[in-house]
Amino acid sequence: MNKKTSFNWLGAIQIGLIGGVVALLVSLIGMVEEFSQRDIISGVITMGQTLIVIAILMAGYFAASRAAGEAATMRAISGALAGLVASALLTGLVVIIPPLNLRSIFPNASPALINILTFNQETVVGILYLLITGAVVGTLGGLIDILPAQIRRSVVLALFWVGLLGLLQELIRVTLTNMPQVGAALKWMFGSRGLSIPGAVAVFIVVAGGNYLWAARGGQVQDRFRALPPTQRRASQWGGALVVIAVLLYLPRILGPYLSEVANIVGLFILAGLGLNIVVGFAGLLDLGYVAFYAIGAYVMGVLTTNAIGQNAGQIVFGPEFSFWQALPIAVGAAVLFGVLLGIPVLKMRGDYLAIVTLGFGEIIRILALSDFLKPYIGGSQGIVEVGQGEIGNFVFGTPQTLYYMIFAACLLAVFISWRLRDSRPGRAWKALREDEDVAQAMGINLVATKLLAFATGAAFSGLSGAIFASKVGSIYPHSFNLLFSINVLALIIIGGMGSLPGVFVGALILAGLPELLREFAEYRLLMYGALLIVMMLTRPEGFWPEATHRRELHEEFGAEGEPRAEIVKTPGGAR
Amino acid sequence: MLRRTLERFTLTDLFMWLVGGSIILLVVVGSVATLRAGNYTARHWFDFVVFGIAQGSVYALIALGYTLVYGILRMINFAHSEVFMSGAFTGYFIANSMSRSGFLDRNPIIGLLAIFAVAITTSVTVAVLLERIAYRPLRRSPRLVPLITAIGASFFLQYTFRGLYGSQNRAYPEVDALDGAWSLGGEFVIQKIQVLVIVAAALFMFGLYMFVQRTRTGKAMRAVSEDKDTAALMGIDVDAIIVRTFILGAALAGAAGVLYALMFRQVNFFMGFIPGIKAFTAAVLGGIGNIPGAMLGGLFLGLFESVGPTLFLDGLGIPAPYQLKDVIAFTMLVLVLIYRPTGILGERLATAKA
Repeated sequence: MNKKTSFNWLGAIQIGLIGGVVALLVSLIGMVEEFSQRDIISGVITMGQTLIVIAILMAGYFAASRAAGEAATMRAISGALAGLVASALLTGLVVIIPPLNLRSIFPNASPALINILTFNQETVVGILYLLITGAVVGTLGGLIDILPAQIRRSVVLALFWVGLLGLLQELIRVTLTNMPQVGAALKWMFGSRGLSIPGAVAVFIVVAGGNYLWAARGGQVQDRFRALPPTQRRASQWGGALVVIAVLLYLPRILGPYLSEVANIVGLFILAGLGLNIVVGFAGLLDLGYVAFYAIGAYVMGVLTTNAIGQNAGQIVFGPEFSFWQALPIAVGAAVLFGVLLGIPVLKMRGDYLAIVTLGFGEIIRILALSDFLKPYIGGSQGIVEVGQGEIGNFVFGTPQTLYYMIFAACLLAVFISWRLRDSRPGRAWKALREDEDVAQAMGINLVATKLLAFATGAAFSGLSGAIFASKVGSIYPHSFNLLFSINVLALIIIGGMGSLPGVFVGALILAGLPELLREFAEYRLLMYGALLIVMMLTRPEGFWPEATHRRELHEEFGAEGEPRAEIVKTPGGAR
Repeated sequence: MLRRTLERFTLTDLFMWLVGGSIILLVVVGSVATLRAGNYTARHWFDFVVFGIAQGSVYALIALGYTLVYGILRMINFAHSEVFMSGAFTGYFIANSMSRSGFLDRNPIIGLLAIFAVAITTSVTVAVLLERIAYRPLRRSPRLVPLITAIGASFFLQYTFRGLYGSQNRAYPEVDALDGAWSLGGEFVIQKIQVLVIVAAALFMFGLYMFVQRTRTGKAMRAVSEDKDTAALMGIDVDAIIVRTFILGAALAGAAGVLYALMFRQVNFFMGFIPGIKAFTAAVLGGIGNIPGAMLGGLFLGLFESVGPTLFLDGLGIPAPYQLKDVIAFTMLVLVLIYRPTGILGERLATAKA
């Protein structure tokens, strides 16, 4: 501790150490190496390096903001110090790995990792590079803290968009190549493995500038919108919704089969998410066995429509060969039935007990599906193959592009039902239940009916999703229905914002869409879900697109765009 | 009196009674059928029971972690199963290196103690970090928030260890001293490893019990679990006590991890999930928040799970009943929570919130 300035060096070092540990962890669990195949900016920085840069940048930023109140240079210096400490930890890794041969314990402590960390240089030169880069990045992090709030927000947003576009480079190019008009612009913007340097600069300037201007002037646009008479406002909202629907209807033609498939997966997650959103988001009943209804929908669809009956196809003896459309209502009905049946026993439970019991139910269903006991009926571990496909006349819902429309229609229906339910009597009853069960009951809400309706509606959506999933994949295996599915759906509605309908779409796009698009993500999918859940709960428990937004609009409580408005933190489960 | 009861008797109650009744009927019919068929000798049953007790003592050790944390924070530490896994998984590496150098076979006691030390240290570290990073900032949030955080932490830890140590199964080394079995006269034999597991678990549990009942920290823990705010007024550092509770639970989980690994000889990143859920079941079974309850619940569940599939299901003509042992455990969890959420020992904490 330096007495003259009384400056908190130890704080900066501490934060640098934390940043370094994070960077170490990210390296040792293999993310850095795995993600190095993809460039954010072609030939300049890979995604793996970006991870480490982010860790050090954050360390610099926090170190600088801890020194708040000091002169700007001191803050920048403490950022640099934190960055230096963090990268020093990483150099430790570089020094230790080769002589000790840690690979028998840490499979990811490979020479390739060292090469990435030392920029493919000799050890000594590489360490020097690493330390210098760490200090520079830390300083940059400190500088971000020094910037005025609005500019900082714009810069961070712009960096985020550069990263996102760099990541999705392949996707954007594949999608847009059949549009010759934009071909030249694409070539200019994207390099072989990521954004090109001018492209990155352009994206940065456009996003940062646009965001800054919007923050300065956007309020006027919103004011004008809110000044409209209610009829016109509603009309323009409906108009907006119709445009979105029209674009979505046209989407599979642009996307092509692969991306349509991704869209379908996202769609099925949206459908399941909308269901769980009713149970968890609206009614506040934490259900961890949600996969059970998805499995029941899928299995009913499979058993009723499979063509593979008899000795040559496993041991399934029951197969009345319904058509898809005949089986669909039965599948949804079965899911609803189970929703009610599993709902009755847990009527009196709350919070964590409910979570554990539903988790138990989900596991029971999965183990039963896997067991030899039920094998003659539902195929055991061999599953069910040749599940029927839906058709209308000659139009078969078989390819991703055609299935897209079925899933789209199902999502539309589910959104409509959720939306109408939310603002109706049962919806308000659910919210009352969520806020305080005892008070809700005292106000005359029938707890049994309200809870069972939530479970039944949620199960219906999930069953529908499962039934379409079975038909889409064409085969059912018990392994598809494990706890991870429930966690996946739960994570997506929490990320999006519990109880928020647009939040379900945001969550599904991020949590189901991104891992499908970026193969590297798939490996670390659950790791990131876990981290996201923790970070969300710590910093923004209301989600990315919280439910209360519309309420705030009504109350005219608008802050700057994108500003987290923490004064209304809506989280269900207030019941004790 | 009867009329009042009848008036309150709803359709859902009827449904619950029917479910409960049919499960009891199934269990009775199955057991009678199995025993009458006589496919299993006394020796089989003895083996089932011993295995059940050994398995149950491991469950009990893990369950204590759930119960301790629950007693103090009123939250289910969903990530406790990963604390257990981290200890066992890290212990593997020292066990493996000692086994390859021959040290473990020459000095089995020192070797085993070293494995325990490494495993417990790892588990404690993970648990302390978990508490500091994920749980402490959320102490005053609505109940659902820490629970979701715990679920997130559970997956984060699972896949962090998968990334760190790889995704394949690792086989725990054999310890010569623990190989083989002792004869108890007649056809009854008992595996040495099972004896070790039972004795070690009993020692750990006794140690914990004495700690909680006899030491100053234990007293403070009980005070905090009774009433946090009053305890703070009495000069108890609540945060420090909570950390110590996590440390205690994690130490037991780390020890349980090694015992589990020695018994089942395999570790991987996903190994914590099923024992974790079962241990939670055990904690609830005994009455969550209640320390002797967790021990009792663990033993009970272990026995049930080991004897149950054969006893209940074999007689019903269900093929491969052992596949369904987890179903039995989960069904028990559900039944206990539905019909007796206070557990066997009826901790009153549970009535206040279940």
